[in-house]
Amino acid sequence: MRLAVLLLLPFAGSVATAVLPTRARTVLASVAGLVSAAAAAWVISLYPQVRDGGVLRETISWVPSLGLELTFRIDGFAWMFAVLVTVIGALVSLYARYYMSPEDPVARFYAFFLAFMGAMLGVVISGNLIQLVVFWELTSFVSFLLIGYFTHRLDAQRGARMALIVTGAGGLALLGGVVILGHIAGSYELDAVLAAGAQVRAHPLYPLALVLILLGALTKSAQFPFHFWLPHAMAAPTPVSAYLHSATMVKAGVFLLARLWPVLSGTELWFWLVGGAGIATLLLGAYLAMFQNDLKRVLAYSTVSHLGLITLLFGLNSPLAAVAGVFHIMNHATFKASLFMAAGVVDHETGTRDIRRLSGLIRSMPNTGVLALAASAAMAGVPLLNGFLSKEMFFAEAVFLRSHPYVEVGLPLLATLASIFAVVYSLRFSYDIFFGPPSTDLPRAPEEPPRWMRVPIALLVLACVIVGVAPALSIGAPLATAARPVVGGALPDYSLAVWHGFNLPLVMSIVAISLGTIGYLWLRARQARGGLQRAPILARLDGKRLFERALVRVTRGSRRLLRLVQPEGLQTQLFVILTVAVVLALFAGREVPLEWGDRARISASPAFVLLWVIGAICAVGAAVMAKFHRLVAITLMGGAGLVTCVTFAWFSAPDLALTQIVVEVVTTTLFLLGLRWLPMRIEGIPVQRTLADRVRRARHLLVAVGAGGGLAALSYALLTRPAPHSISPFFLRHALPDGGGHNVVNVMLVDFRAFDTIGEITVLGTVALTVFALLRRFRPPPETKGQPEQQGLIAAETATDLVRPGGAEDEPRGYVLVPSLLTRLLLPVSLVVAAYYLLRGHNAPGGGFVAGLIVSITMLAQYMFGGARWTERHARLSPVRWIAIGLLLAALTGLGAIVAGYPFLTTHTAHLSLPLVGDVHLPSATFFDLGVFSVVIGATLLILTALAHQSIRARRGT
Amino acid sequence: MEAVLACVIGVLGGAGVWLVQRPRTFQVIMGLTLLSYAVNLFIFSVGSLAIDKPPVVRPGVPADLEHYTDPMPQSLVLTAIVISFATTALFLVVLLATRGLSGTDHVDAKEDEP
Repeated sequence: MRLAVLLLLPFAGSVATAVLPTRARTVLASVAGLVSAAAAAWVISLYPQVRDGGVLRETISWVPSLGLELTFRIDGFAWMFAVLVTVIGALVSLYARYYMSPEDPVARFYAFFLAFMGAMLGVVISGNLIQLVVFWELTSFVSFLLIGYFTHRLDAQRGARMALIVTGAGGLALLGGVVILGHIAGSYELDAVLAAGAQVRAHPLYPLALVLILLGALTKSAQFPFHFWLPHAMAAPTPVSAYLHSATMVKAGVFLLARLWPVLSGTELWFWLVGGAGIATLLLGAYLAMFQNDLKRVLAYSTVSHLGLITLLFGLNSPLAAVAGVFHIMNHATFKASLFMAAGVVDHETGTRDIRRLSGLIRSMPNTGVLALAASAAMAGVPLLNGFLSKEMFFAEAVFLRSHPYVEVGLPLLATLASIFAVVYSLRFSYDIFFGPPSTDLPRAPEEPPRWMRVPIALLVLACVIVGVAPALSIGAPLATAARPVVGGALPDYSLAVWHGFNLPLVMSIVAISLGTIGYLWLRARQARGGLQRAPILARLDGKRLFERALVRVTRGSRRLLRLVQPEGLQTQLFVILTVAVVLALFAGREVPLEWGDRARISASPAFVLLWVIGAICAVGAAVMAKFHRLVAITLMGGAGLVTCVTFAWFSAPDLALTQIVVEVVTTTLFLLGLRWLPMRIEGIPVQRTLADRVRRARHLLVAVGAGGGLAALSYALLTRPAPHSISPFFLRHALPDGGGHNVVNVMLVDFRAFDTIGEITVLGTVALTVFALLRRFRPPPETKGQPEQQGLIAAETATDLVRPGGAEDEPRGYVLVPSLLTRLLLPVSLVVAAYYLLRGHNAPGGGFVAGLIVSITMLAQYMFGGARWTERHARLSPVRWIAIGLLLAALTGLGAIVAGYPFLTTHTAHLSLPLVGDVHLPSATFFDLGVFSVVIGATLLILTALAHQSIRARRGT
Repeated sequence: MEAVLACVIGVLGGAGVWLVQRPRTFQVIMGLTLLSYAVNLFIFSVGSLAIDKPPVVRPGVPADLEHYTDPMPQSLVLTAIVISFATTALFLVVLLATRGLSGTDHVDAKEDEP
């Protein structure tokens, strides 16, 4: 359980920050910081257990019947990543307290931030590949919310969408790849997959799995050709960039490469795909970074380039290079997070991020300046800083790699070239803005930021320096711990030292730094004269434009497809659906000959026939009248409903008959309330039917007759055959002994199929709330706003009780006095009747539904005759509360069974013997039925009163 | 009896199908109500018809399908009745809202072009 709790910690913090006041920056930052710091301390304390190649495993069985389990697994590599995620998270929480403006909804920021931390932690410590993909997609999703944090800004919307589409699509490919990988290895458990490396690489499906998994990893880590999303994600607030785009989100891709390195690497295909993407991204990112003028975009392209370096290192198929890759993951996270934060400080204190406008800031912000200079020196690979060490390891790998002759010559050259670029953009980031004459036209006068905003940067830079000066002492053991699982257990020989003697890698470093400095001076001189404002050649390769164009094309294509497959107009669509249904039914009938069965018929009774002659007339009449005579149609519909109700009673279904009749009353009232808002028929317009209309009507009639005839034939064929009784006897047999009730239908509803009933009352409650919400925004059509015509016919001064006298209270008085008095007298009686039906429901026809509807109808009668205001003044009805209480009661009854150790919703019957009353059987299903009762009352009243209130609102003219 | 019931299911269903293809929202909602009667009766009748055998267990009578009618379709239909009330209410309010928004009660929220 312990690792699961660790994973839940950030998510719990996310929920906590979401409900805190949204402007309380300090409280929110404290909660987020404490949660991250606690998680960080927890993770760090696990170090002794993973130091010597130990693996922490934890399994929680989730759906045992499907063999689904949640697996958590921390080895040295996952531990290193978890430390990065939590420690940098804690620092960014502190930093963001000062970065975010008091006007921003900060609670949302911290809630998403902690959710992201949880998702990332989930990716890192998942011990199951499918589970990893789930958390992977969660990081894409939350990063979408974080990038789009400034919801009103177009660039944030676009950038967030682009990041989501690119990384989300990559995640989909990854899922496909992981499924194939699991299929090859025979298990999705990481342990099993890691052990099946040779088997995987020899499998014919290996190339497919590899390509799909790489699609996921490369999109996430912004590798060529998917690198374009990262610079656009810079629309995010800077703390988000510092966290997501340096240490976590984009590192998930290289995390996966490293995680599956023992399984997938070692083949030619891996070398060319991963190494190729890596070297291309390394050069492209560094090249483009030199020409950016926005501080954050310089860092974004530099991140792309450094991720390319890490990808390249993993692609070289050499254990030593993989160790260098792991080392560079750590180093890059440290200096890049601090650089992003420094860029944020500059932006925050000066109001701009434009390198061309910023100059000489070292005078006004010396402390920040020194920190930023140190961090960018680490980025450039200057000795005595951590970036130098991993870069030296990379150079050594590039020099000593044994491969194709072209690669052996080309790789060291390209590596040096990329390093030169890195020196150039690092100088542009640092020297350009901190030295030179102080700029004068800044939006804000620059000054040092608050101390606590600098502390996270200072801590990270301190780490850069310590690692850079004394690597073996400081990082040696953790690096070995982290790298050992990546290379499959046996570490290659390497030495972490600043000085390795005068060798080729050192020469490459010296060449890179000196040529980079010269190149920077040359570029600055050219740019001062107005040249080279954009990257030559490659600036035109605009990933964003291509992406947006593709998006437009896909949208247009899908719209065209929709128009092709979906005819316009609901009528046509319904006609097609119904026709297809009738035709398909006819086809199905070809297999089964339509003939009548030989079950004993029940002889027809004249009363029943007469009943249904009336019923049929009602149905057809309603169909004809529904267009122009709505009231008549509603009345006829009620007739058909009543006949249906009698039919239920006739054929031994008392429960159905009871429910049908009360529902019928409520439905009719509902229709009557709605009638007022429908358009009136404009008299005097002759009905003209064109030929097309006639053809259409004939077509519809044909379908109607076909469907009706088919239904009749089908139902007759079924009625004359013996019905299959697969599970019905079970219910009959067990209702009394196990369900404790005589009424089998009710026992089924509240006991055997209670789960279904819970769903049903949830639907009922949801519908009621939806109706309520829809009607709050309801704007009645203008012509229905005024007083109804009938009321307007009476002259204003007439002394009548039908309309309110002018100037009197805002409601009719004395209106239908006798019926209203009668309904009030009837109220207690009907409540007793309802209670009777509720209580006897388990043993005789009745139950929660019927009783609830009876109460609703009684209350509706009060509304109708007493008026909405009078009723609400005298009875405090809060339908929403009834719904909530009912749902809670039903759910709690079900949960009670779990507490007692039985499956959800198992009924228990208590047999009591009370004085005076005698023996009482009290099944827990009674409480469940009480919940149903309460929900039905609440939902029905909410729907009908919401509709009734529209009239009051319309009269008030609001 | 079987023939009568089959016929009325057909009539109710046919009238409902006719109405749901009409252009006015009120006609469609009436059609759906009629269709739900038809479908409820249909499902109910699948369980076989029986007179005077309600599924309420009486002492001394063996609890089997000889002596009681099939309770399963009944409990299904009971759920269906309540749910169809809920959907009818929702649909009614949706049609009122679209009528308020679009000014027409045509199912496509716009009148046919003449």
